[in-house]
Amino acid sequence: MRGDRWLKVLLRASGAGTAPLALSILITLIFGSLPAIKKFGLHFLSSSVWNPVTDHFGLLPFLMGTILTSILALLLSFPFSMAISIFLGVYHPEGPLSKIISYLTDLLAGIPSVIYGFWGLVFLVPLMRKLELSLGIPPYGVGILTASIVLSIMIIPYTASLSREILKMVPSEIVEASYSLGATTTETILKVILPYAKSGILAGIFLSLGRAIGETMAVTMVIGNSNTLPSSLFAPGNTMASVIANEFTEATRSIHLSSLIYIALWLFVLTLLVNLAGNIIVTRMEVIGEKKNL
Amino acid sequence: MKRKIFDKLFKGFVILLTLLSVAPLLLILFMIVKNGITVINWSFFVKLPAPPGNAGGGVLNSIVGTFELIVLAVAFAIPPGILTGVYLSERRSRFSNVIRTIVNTLQGLPSIVVGIIAYLWVVRPLGGFSALSGGFALSLMMLPVVIKSTEETLKLIPYSLKEASFALGANYGRTLFKVILPSGMGGIISGVVIGISRIAGETAPLLFTAFGNPFLNVNPFKPVDALPLLIFNYAMSPYKSWHEIAWGASLVLVVFVLLLNFVAKMAGEKWKVRF
Repeated sequence: MRGDRWLKVLLRASGAGTAPLALSILITLIFGSLPAIKKFGLHFLSSSVWNPVTDHFGLLPFLMGTILTSILALLLSFPFSMAISIFLGVYHPEGPLSKIISYLTDLLAGIPSVIYGFWGLVFLVPLMRKLELSLGIPPYGVGILTASIVLSIMIIPYTASLSREILKMVPSEIVEASYSLGATTTETILKVILPYAKSGILAGIFLSLGRAIGETMAVTMVIGNSNTLPSSLFAPGNTMASVIANEFTEATRSIHLSSLIYIALWLFVLTLLVNLAGNIIVTRMEVIGEKKNL
Repeated sequence: MKRKIFDKLFKGFVILLTLLSVAPLLLILFMIVKNGITVINWSFFVKLPAPPGNAGGGVLNSIVGTFELIVLAVAFAIPPGILTGVYLSERRSRFSNVIRTIVNTLQGLPSIVVGIIAYLWVVRPLGGFSALSGGFALSLMMLPVVIKSTEETLKLIPYSLKEASFALGANYGRTLFKVILPSGMGGIISGVVIGISRIAGETAPLLFTAFGNPFLNVNPFKPVDALPLLIFNYAMSPYKSWHEIAWGASLVLVVFVLLLNFVAKMAGEKWKVRF
């Protein structure tokens, strides 16, 4: 019996241990960024100058880079991930074709991000350069749009797999009711299934957004690493994650290092908010689902 | 009639978009295989990298380093991961819901932030980049995966099984180790393997922890190279021969990750919790 008590204490402690772990991550980030917080304060958020030589550090170029790339990636990937989830959730819920497609999207999720970056560098960048030449703008090849395209390919599987589960959760009674009223499959999808599933799809979008914001390597390799506010979608830029990846090991002065940790703190807060929003929607739906099953 | 045509058009459109979204994957896989296969031979696996610009050489140091990092990460992540998973599967209280939210938060932690944490917690106190700090960073990324898969698996085990064990006079410890964990073993193992496949390709947490090393090293207190780090460094280099090596390394890494996914799926299906 005594061993039992210890075992239960151990289980509880390791469960409870995740709280101090998460908390100390937050505290470490805050402590690490204290010098930057003291020096720049909230001005850090609105300053668009990042110059390690003159000790001027501001978040704005990277915040813009992160927001632009992740929103753009989301917009680009949305039609495709919705198509996959409709295909798998409505047209072909079973059978070999659905197995192949869902296996392929799983593969897409399994490829390491550095390989996406490498592929983007070798395949997409020359393509973008050609496009930019024909448009008559400076042919960087790398830039915000290139990074967004690579990101959009990477997040397709996440939105797709979540929305597919959501579409499967739509009760068959209302789908059948729609068919029995003479609605075509398309009308049923657009007017019954999607409206019913919209909050779940929204959750999937939030969770994919969280991934896109935190994604580092693929973006770092194709975004061009310029520490200025991007002047256009074709211009090179930097995201919050990619500037850390680029400069952290080269930051010799403590204020530079501290500013990078300050960026990491904001990145942490941003992903936390986005993920929490997604998870709250998911939990709420699970609760509703459980109530309906009773 | 109009409605029927629209119906067909919409379906065609959905199928077209689905096929289009699979296209980049096929393209990426094709390029990896086409470019990677030409540089892979025996010496690719057993030789160290050649000096910059020189042809030839292998990636032995990164393969060894990747395995070392995985072993360290697994050693750090599994004990607390499984214990927390067991704890969460047993209780459904307000407290355990808080823990669940925290685990979700840890899972959403951007990989580059994990790298900074490992730098501040391990690299700085130890005074230098090391395999140990890289393994620690990867274990932070693996922990939520192990917790979640353990929890999900053990939740499927019916309560009657536990009651039967208690009725036979077994205490909680015996029930846990002889009944609960063995019945959930398949799911737990497949969760661990999925966790490994997640971290095997991670680069960002290693940039300022494991750091990279052109020489062979197994000392956990010294920097090591890893396949994803090597791909990053070689892909960003201007040398053509290094690009070729990076393709070879990409092929090795992708095959390794996909193999792990396959094993996880098999393990999950073979020892599925069925009651």
